[in-house]
Amino acid sequence: MPVLQPAAVSLGVEAAAVSPGSHLPRGAGPAAAHAWLMLLPAFVLLVAFTHYPAVATLIDSFHSTPKGNRPAVWVGLENYQVMLEDPVFWKALRNNAWFAIVTIPASIALALLMALWVNERIAGRAFLRMAYFTPTVLPMVAVANIWLFFYTPQYGLLEQVRGAFGLPAQNWLGDQATALGAVTAVAVWKEAGFFMIFYLAALQSLNPSLREAAAIEGASRWTFFWRVQWPLLMPTTLFVMVNAVINAVRMVDHVVVLTRGGPDNASTLLLYHLYEVGFKFWDTGYAAALTVVLLALLAATALFQFFVLDRKVHYK
Amino acid sequence: MSGGTSSARAQPAPAWGGAGWLDTLGAWMLALLWVLPLAYAVWTAFHPGEYSTRFELLAPLTLENFARAWAAAPFGRYFVNTALLVTMILACQLVLSTLAAYAFARFEFPFKRVLFALVLVQLMIMPDVLLVENYKTMARLGLVDTLLAIGLPYFASAFAIFLLRQTFMGVPRELDEAARVEGASPLQVLWRVYVPLARPVYVAFALVSVSYHWNNFLWPLVITNSVESRPLTVGLQVFSSTDQGIDWSIITAATLMSAAPLLVAFLLFQRQFVQSFMRAGIK
Repeated sequence: MPVLQPAAVSLGVEAAAVSPGSHLPRGAGPAAAHAWLMLLPAFVLLVAFTHYPAVATLIDSFHSTPKGNRPAVWVGLENYQVMLEDPVFWKALRNNAWFAIVTIPASIALALLMALWVNERIAGRAFLRMAYFTPTVLPMVAVANIWLFFYTPQYGLLEQVRGAFGLPAQNWLGDQATALGAVTAVAVWKEAGFFMIFYLAALQSLNPSLREAAAIEGASRWTFFWRVQWPLLMPTTLFVMVNAVINAVRMVDHVVVLTRGGPDNASTLLLYHLYEVGFKFWDTGYAAALTVVLLALLAATALFQFFVLDRKVHYK
Repeated sequence: MSGGTSSARAQPAPAWGGAGWLDTLGAWMLALLWVLPLAYAVWTAFHPGEYSTRFELLAPLTLENFARAWAAAPFGRYFVNTALLVTMILACQLVLSTLAAYAFARFEFPFKRVLFALVLVQLMIMPDVLLVENYKTMARLGLVDTLLAIGLPYFASAFAIFLLRQTFMGVPRELDEAARVEGASPLQVLWRVYVPLARPVYVAFALVSVSYHWNNFLWPLVITNSVESRPLTVGLQVFSSTDQGIDWSIITAATLMSAAPLLVAFLLFQRQFVQSFMRAGIK
């Protein structure tokens, strides 16, 4: 039987023979061939640009960087050795941890607050929702440029406001003490509105009689939130949290625009360090080792989500 | 407005039936804080340079900053590049993931579960992180500094496959069977039954995909190095970091220009945008 025969099912007799609907009972034959053909284009691209590079990165991380006509040679763990001794790597790791620890709870808390507000009957609800969500649709590079202006010493808006209150001048992006904080604030601003819509969707799907019941019982609004809404929103919180963790690893556009990791690596993040090593110093061997670290972080998040969250959290 | 409707009845009115004044105040303060950077950019872009950091109600309005920005860098070309890029990516994503999702939703074949798990890997390991290896691949293919190279890693979208598979699995089998009895081939069934029923999901995915790739930056930055292939985001960054000194009026004008298409689309189709992002995020 020709495997690639187009639409064997469309021949009247066979269509009657194969029970309609279940394209193939046994899992092999023309229907399986159809399925594989339909999967093929997407799969070739997925393998070429996701699976292959992930594996190749691991292999490359054990090789030296090819230079000129000197090909890459096996160096074992040397790239990882370099990493352990690279102060910028440790700085980036610490910064990234700080960035994650601040952005994740801050953006989640703000998102929840926004959603709770916008979910009520409140004056100017449409405007509020738009104001919160707008940063989400704007390019990070564009809004980072605006924030750059916002933070500018002397005539940036922030400095003008501080000046009006008689506070001393502050170079937000040029000072090691504040650069990372300034970068973090932009990330929270960009993310909170995006997470808000998931909370909003979840709040709207809650049964309204819960609220009535709580009101009849005389519960305060705070009790209602803490005892009813918050537990029921837990799946949403965890979903948002996983997204926030991924973003904490992935967001660097604003670092490129605002500080380029400076001053003196005070605001560099792991992916930004990887970008510099790979495309400024062209040290691809070491860059591969850094990529492996990032992949390990993402894989750990995925496993945590799969084995812990998806099993434990079900309120439906 | 607190309290509400119920004084006539015996029920106690919830003290928190609507937003109290404190909530309203807080919500508005936060909203104003949230639009402040954008409002500041709009002010600077539409006023002459000397007012860029001075706020006077009667400052003259001007479009000159936009004209100067447009003349100072090839923004027309960047716009064309970005438009081509997002169209190309979206078209490929829709075709490839529709076929793959259909196979996963309605066919039985060996290794189905393994293959689906392999697809889902991309949800966690995004192309953004694999830029060093993908750059090497593009160099081998001779594609560095082309629009195709920017789009290629995103053509197969695990997210779209996942979303469409869920949708297709919800299509009643009776519809499928009826079409088959009338002699339609699997692809005809897909086109006539599944695709029309999944239209809202396609719209949702399209909005998310277009805004993602309109805004994407790091991979295009790495893989392009000429005006011919740069998208808007990279062009804007090159423009604001090198071409200009620090002429904020021009930079904010350029910034607003590159964000404008999405911003206008968002303001016009707010509901669809919010619903699309919501639908796309919830499994």
